[in-house]
Amino acid sequence: MSLTGSRFSGRGAWLPSRTGLLKGGRVVATLAATLLGLLLITFLIGRVMPIDPVLAVVGERATNEVYEATRKAMGLDQPLIIQFFTYIREVVTGNFGTSLLTSRPVIQDIARVFPATLELATVATMIGVALGIPAGVLAAVHQGRWPDHFVRLIGLFGYSMPIFWLGLVGLLVFYGKLDWVAGPGRLDVFFEDVVPQVTGVILIDSLLAGDLEVFTNALSHIILPASVLGYYSLAYISRMTRSFMLEQLAQEYITTARVKGLSETRVIWGHALGNVMVPLITVIALSYANLLEGSVLTEIVFAWPGIGFYITNALLSADMNAVLGGTVMVGIVFIGLNLLSDLLYRVFDPRAG
Amino acid sequence: MSKLTSAWAIGLLAAVSLTAPASFADTPKDTLVVATTIDDIVSLDPAEAFEFSGGDLLQNTYDHLVEFDPMDLSAGYQPGLATSWTVSEDGKTFTLTMREGVKFQSGNPFTAEDAEFSLRRAVLLEKTPSFILTQFGFTKDNIEQTIKATDAKTLVITTDKKYAQSFVLNCMSATIGSIVDKKTALEHEKDGDMGYEWLKTNTAGTGAYSLKTWKPNESYVLEANAEYWRATPAMKRVFVRHIAESASQRLLLEKGDIDVARNLTPEDIAAVAANGDLRVDEDLRGRIVYMSLNQKKAPLNDPKVIEAFKWAIDYKGMTETILRGQYTVHEAFLPLTYLGELKDKPYTLDIAKAKALLAEAGHADDVAVKINVRNEPSYMAMAQAIQGTLTEAGIKVELTPMTGKQSLGEYRAREHDIYLGAWGPDYPDPHTNADTFAHNPNNSDEAKLTGKLAWRNAWDIPEMTKETEAAVQEADRDKRAEMYRAIQKEHQMTSPFVVMFQKIEQTGLRKNVENLVTGSAISSVYYWTVTK
Amino acid sequence: MTDGSDASSVRGLGVWLTSETPSSPLQARCIQIYLGWLGLARNPLAMLGLAIVVALILAAIFAPLIAPYDPIAQDLQRRLLPPGTPGNLLGTDELGRDILSRLLYGARITLYVVALVVVTAPVFGLLIGTVAGYAGGWVDTVLMRFTDVFLAFPRLVLALAFVAALGPGIGNAVLAIALTSWPPYARIARAETLTIRNTDFISAIRLQGASPLRIVVGHVMPLCLSSVIVRVTLDMAGIILTAAGLGFLGLGAQPPLPEWGAMISTGRLYILDQWWVATMPGLAIFTVSLGFNLLGDGLRDALDPRSGR
Repeated sequence: MSLTGSRFSGRGAWLPSRTGLLKGGRVVATLAATLLGLLLITFLIGRVMPIDPVLAVVGERATNEVYEATRKAMGLDQPLIIQFFTYIREVVTGNFGTSLLTSRPVIQDIARVFPATLELATVATMIGVALGIPAGVLAAVHQGRWPDHFVRLIGLFGYSMPIFWLGLVGLLVFYGKLDWVAGPGRLDVFFEDVVPQVTGVILIDSLLAGDLEVFTNALSHIILPASVLGYYSLAYISRMTRSFMLEQLAQEYITTARVKGLSETRVIWGHALGNVMVPLITVIALSYANLLEGSVLTEIVFAWPGIGFYITNALLSADMNAVLGGTVMVGIVFIGLNLLSDLLYRVFDPRAG
Repeated sequence: MSKLTSAWAIGLLAAVSLTAPASFADTPKDTLVVATTIDDIVSLDPAEAFEFSGGDLLQNTYDHLVEFDPMDLSAGYQPGLATSWTVSEDGKTFTLTMREGVKFQSGNPFTAEDAEFSLRRAVLLEKTPSFILTQFGFTKDNIEQTIKATDAKTLVITTDKKYAQSFVLNCMSATIGSIVDKKTALEHEKDGDMGYEWLKTNTAGTGAYSLKTWKPNESYVLEANAEYWRATPAMKRVFVRHIAESASQRLLLEKGDIDVARNLTPEDIAAVAANGDLRVDEDLRGRIVYMSLNQKKAPLNDPKVIEAFKWAIDYKGMTETILRGQYTVHEAFLPLTYLGELKDKPYTLDIAKAKALLAEAGHADDVAVKINVRNEPSYMAMAQAIQGTLTEAGIKVELTPMTGKQSLGEYRAREHDIYLGAWGPDYPDPHTNADTFAHNPNNSDEAKLTGKLAWRNAWDIPEMTKETEAAVQEADRDKRAEMYRAIQKEHQMTSPFVVMFQKIEQTGLRKNVENLVTGSAISSVYYWTVTK
Repeated sequence: MTDGSDASSVRGLGVWLTSETPSSPLQARCIQIYLGWLGLARNPLAMLGLAIVVALILAAIFAPLIAPYDPIAQDLQRRLLPPGTPGNLLGTDELGRDILSRLLYGARITLYVVALVVVTAPVFGLLIGTVAGYAGGWVDTVLMRFTDVFLAFPRLVLALAFVAALGPGIGNAVLAIALTSWPPYARIARAETLTIRNTDFISAIRLQGASPLRIVVGHVMPLCLSSVIVRVTLDMAGIILTAAGLGFLGLGAQPPLPEWGAMISTGRLYILDQWWVATMPGLAIFTVSLGFNLLGDGLRDALDPRSGR
């Protein structure tokens, strides 16, 4: 897991250091090159896998005739380069092929599992923001005293905890022993397919359908995995908030405001925090992108049917189309969020570029 | 703590307490909720489905020409969609009379034409399990004559040779013998695929249930067919949910969120058995666990080394500890309860003997092998225990855990040293396992008889191959059983297969669930018999 | 720092290290490090981290001496015993192996992974970054685009894919982690190089006719080193966690190796009644990662006062 603040410190360099706002065409060209590289790497990984994709289709008992016929049908007898171009051509038209595991188009599978990850990452980010920002402010205000050390330690704990282990222990305590939350999965089985699927995000769909029972059930399922995941974004957000706030609190206008007799609460929560909101938004976007990654192990522990769960299962069963489609999809979202955070930073922060 | 933080903390606590009554007292009276693993389902087309959980699903949505009585599985096959049959003098032509008044879930009436269509398409589609039918000589070119509906209620099947009658009919009870609704399948036909693309994700049978939804790796929901010809299912809906973790299954069962948990570890079974609201059912299944030595790799082809392996395994110790209650020691390739079963257990743990044999063979301390094993908890535990005793005997072992599909590639290419895995019978006739463990007509690499375990381990057995071929044609039941026993005894002594265990399925249930049949060694799970 | 046996040399060294007018670049460097150490030593949390890391190294080195049992010796009759059982301080696992012994030997695997990644990824990143930064132009563009492609993947997903392609095993896990963790180093090194490139110091060397290769390897790379080292220390916890994650998924070290992540993975089967099987290795991973994080955090404060604010 690399949900570390240090990732951000490297980020300044990741912003192209050339001058001015990125020009539209340049952004597109950069994106295209990156995407092509992404496709190439996933494709190569897929082709050197020791798992035989044909066997994944035909199973253990297939005779050799069945095996060869299937191999041809899958186009695996073609030279690699042809396979790659076929793949690119299909991907450009939005066709990732059919998943072996589910017998459905991969794009359809992704549309089904992606909202689950989105839901988890969003709730986790909300928890991270809601607790991380106040904690960071607190630490900055009491710099060097125990609240500062406390917040710092909480953050370091977050960076040091194996997420899958935290999830397991959480399940054991809060579900197994205390029975405060619901168990693995997104919903109890009876509630599945009760509300019509509009967005694929159950918390929203159930509210749209006005079904509070489903909403409550979904909430009791998401609260634990989201808290586990949110802890990581909390650690990151609180650290960044602290450092932004320290910078602001040293500014002259703060002293002026204090001299003018404004209450300390107003100075800190109104003026200073207001000014760090802009860089914080970019931090939040970044942490959101990182949660996509953190969600892989969390989804496995909580049997959360999201994209991480999907990719891992596909990987272990040589479901090549699903692996490639899923990885490319995650890559695209990841690139998108990073780009967004860079752009936000550039647009709002006059000092950058 | 700041005001904002505490406000959030309170909000969070409120959200948690709001959801606190997370568990519900019980599942609805007419609904069965099952936790199991369903991630092996690849296709729902009966001509293709070949995995355990696919078999479970299709068992409940399709019927076969012959069926088993779930309440008395040992009675063998009974009339199913065929009410009666006659066999010609030469033993090659089967004339089956179809049951009348049976309807598909679509409402279409069932006729001999559907039976003809289903068996023919299974041959034509040439998917993996098609060998179960083609072993009777059906081919693309002759099915017009060999599988034929002569009128709406008569189906005539002609085999290429004379086979034991029970062998032919047993094969008809396998998943590939499922009868598909011809009209519905053809309505969804694409490019002459006989409805294959559609049937991969949908069902069209006469079974007790129809498939309402299927979310791969997540869950499926079955809805009862109120007009089912055998009985009206008491469970109107069956929810089957994929839950891989034993601990999660047990928690859900204890809380009453599910009725049935099918993948519990021995530790969790013990806890379920001790719980007054729950019960454990046991059922001897057909799966055999074995270890096989590739005969292409010296010194694994030395008879003394092979025998040493057989003495260096703690069969009993494993079934009493890591496999407690889940496997029984079984050392012959036919599952118990099969015709010709052999109960002899010639081997036990004897490290001294294993060492002596290795020394005799001149390989006292220089055997180093790799064992390929499926990366699943129970297999990994077995593999590590085996690694422990083999090491004591002076054999160096490296484990290479792989996903099922990874290890198969190497296995089928005959590149492994040792493979540790399981084999489940494909149909309820002894030939299913004899054909794979004791039949290898051509041991050359070019033959690529990848479906046969004897070939995969490069075990050249011209004599035993003949014996197996003779056994499958023997009409006399007792004689046939005796032949299989003789083959197995020879197999135990000479084969490079160390057959170790047979699976016992332990199912955890809520106390009120009755008559859940998991299928024993010959069939799959039945939901229509369940009451609560 | 010193063996303390020769008082005058200690004093002499002390003076040399605290001199305000260093007479050579080497002395300047040493002074910087010494002052950094003084800063670090004042930070109790960093010292705690250092103690944990030292304990890890000692445990790894002396595992055969301190471990009560062979970490892979099974005893099926003594399986799943709770912590505190005589003879098995932390209990036994599902095959009756002593958990304490497995944790101690597991420290070797953890250290092995960290060490291997640390000597490969940063070196590769440093090379790419300095060359890109020094050369500029199309070389820079190509190399950085290459780096961006790798940065565009979530790390764990990419590592997963690599291990799946290479096959499970500790060596391949290390390779996968190294392959996915070099890009940030390349970024840092490039940024540093850009600032160093145009200094008078480098210009002077260039005027003396040194080859670009020599300038990069001999002068630019050493100057980038300190920021990379801080980053590496901070990344170590991440490396440990990623390795454990791969082990948890069954893609890292293979049985019977006592890798901590894999131990959690098998332990989760028993989590309801035998909580210790999964909990003990979890605590070990947590403690060690925390150690590296505390140390790295302290190091950053000491060496780079700006970021500590």
